Amino acid sequence: MMRRLRKLLSGSYVWLVMAFFYLPIFYVMLFSFNKSKSLTNFTGFSLQWYQKMFESRSIREAIYYTVIIAVIATVVSTIIGTLTAIGLSKSGKILRTIVLQINDIPMMNPDIVTAIGFMLLFTSLNVEKGFGTILLAHISFCIPYVILSIMPRLRQLDDNLAEAALDLGATPFQALTKVIIPQLKGSIISGALIAFTMSFDDFVISFFTSGPKISNIAIYVYSSIKRINPTINALSTIIVVIVTTVLIIVNVVPMIRERRKRGIQK
Amino acid sequence: MKTFSKLTWPYIAWITAFVVMPMLLILLYAFTVEGNGVITFHFTLANFAKFFSDAIFPMVLWRSLKIAFLTTVICILIGYPCAYLIAQMPEKKQEFAILLITLPMWINMLIRTYSWKGILAYFNFDSQINVMVGMVYNFLPFMILQIHTALSKLDRNLITAANDLGANDVQTFLKVTLPLSIPGVISGITLVFLPAVSSFFIPKLLGGGEYVLIGNLIENYFVSVGNWNYGSAISLIMALVIILSMYVTKKMDRKTGGEE
Repeated sequence: MMRRLRKLLSGSYVWLVMAFFYLPIFYVMLFSFNKSKSLTNFTGFSLQWYQKMFESRSIREAIYYTVIIAVIATVVSTIIGTLTAIGLSKSGKILRTIVLQINDIPMMNPDIVTAIGFMLLFTSLNVEKGFGTILLAHISFCIPYVILSIMPRLRQLDDNLAEAALDLGATPFQALTKVIIPQLKGSIISGALIAFTMSFDDFVISFFTSGPKISNIAIYVYSSIKRINPTINALSTIIVVIVTTVLIIVNVVPMIRERRKRGIQK
Repeated sequence: MKTFSKLTWPYIAWITAFVVMPMLLILLYAFTVEGNGVITFHFTLANFAKFFSDAIFPMVLWRSLKIAFLTTVICILIGYPCAYLIAQMPEKKQEFAILLITLPMWINMLIRTYSWKGILAYFNFDSQINVMVGMVYNFLPFMILQIHTALSKLDRNLITAANDLGANDVQTFLKVTLPLSIPGVISGITLVFLPAVSSFFIPKLLGGGEYVLIGNLIENYFVSVGNWNYGSAISLIMALVIILSMYVTKKMDRKTGGEE
């Protein structure tokens, strides 16, 4: 009896914390269908904020920039990060330690410090802030995470395999693309995923490195929040739905596949 | 094999330009006079003197540290039991619970913070509590995930052994589970305290304009006021305070680790 009560109580505690996480999200979703502008009074059902959102050019542009920057930053940072990690694993200890220490700086620094660092750099070099500067900054803060996710896997690799490939007449490029990189596939993919999330989620660094002409979703939300703007509720709802769908597909599909595999084996 | 080490060269050039240079520029700006040219520097300590002589700024720094500290403590108090209970669940349920916790983290932080605006409007909290709710909401998942990772790595045999040797549940928890999960708590603290101290959009969104933390000061001096030298000095002071508190936390970690 006591045991059952305890189990019930502990279960409900976890659900209570979950409710805390999801309550505001559902709240915003609900009020995205509100007829009036209010965030506290639900006066009736309407789709006008969705219509306004799809009509708004600045929202379309913000979504476009968020996605395109995340995609390019992911591809570039994954390539540089992978090559660097491989290079580091074959370099001397001193060089490796120094590079990894500097590599830690953007991850340890508060975002705002990294952000103003970029801002000062671009201004000192007289570079006009815009798409290029945001992209450079994003690539820059994504690379450390890629390196960090690949390094542990590299340590487990058998050096002899690449060595054997070279002895058997493979060029270094062939050894790299046919022997080393295929063995790192899993960690490269997880590094790329982290890079994509970091870029997609970023606000602070984008905010300080963007010019007046360009904004991503986060900057758009930040700049339009000063006045009540229910189109943001609609935008948030759409993002939540997309992210949730993608995550469910990513998480559930392998589970089903595994179950099927097990079914075949039986 | 040595040829592969050349692969690091591009990145070495990259971090020199995009990591080392920006940090040096912050230092340079913090120690120079406003409005001087790139070639003629006028070094000064005035930016730092201004920070400490003005009554407002040290107070804002203190307030930021206090709210970040309280946020961290609340995250531990709410997060630890939650992570512990999740770690007790059967494996499938555990995976699902972790998925539910990570899911909101994929939604932009700004949107997640904004989503509290409506709910908080029903309550008449003061700005500080509003900001703290926003911070706990944003950073609690990090704490839970870190503690959960530490707890799930824990060897079950240790708990069985403690029970076999006559320890009751409370003793087992205090003497075995808790000490072994401290590294998770410490990395959780790092992931909560650091962004909480420097956050500037949470106070801006939920604090109602007049509530200012150190991050807002930095933003103000860079974006609105345009005094980058002073802004750099404030960032430098903040970074130093953060490094110092991280150092103390790590020290504590070693101390508790040494008792094992």
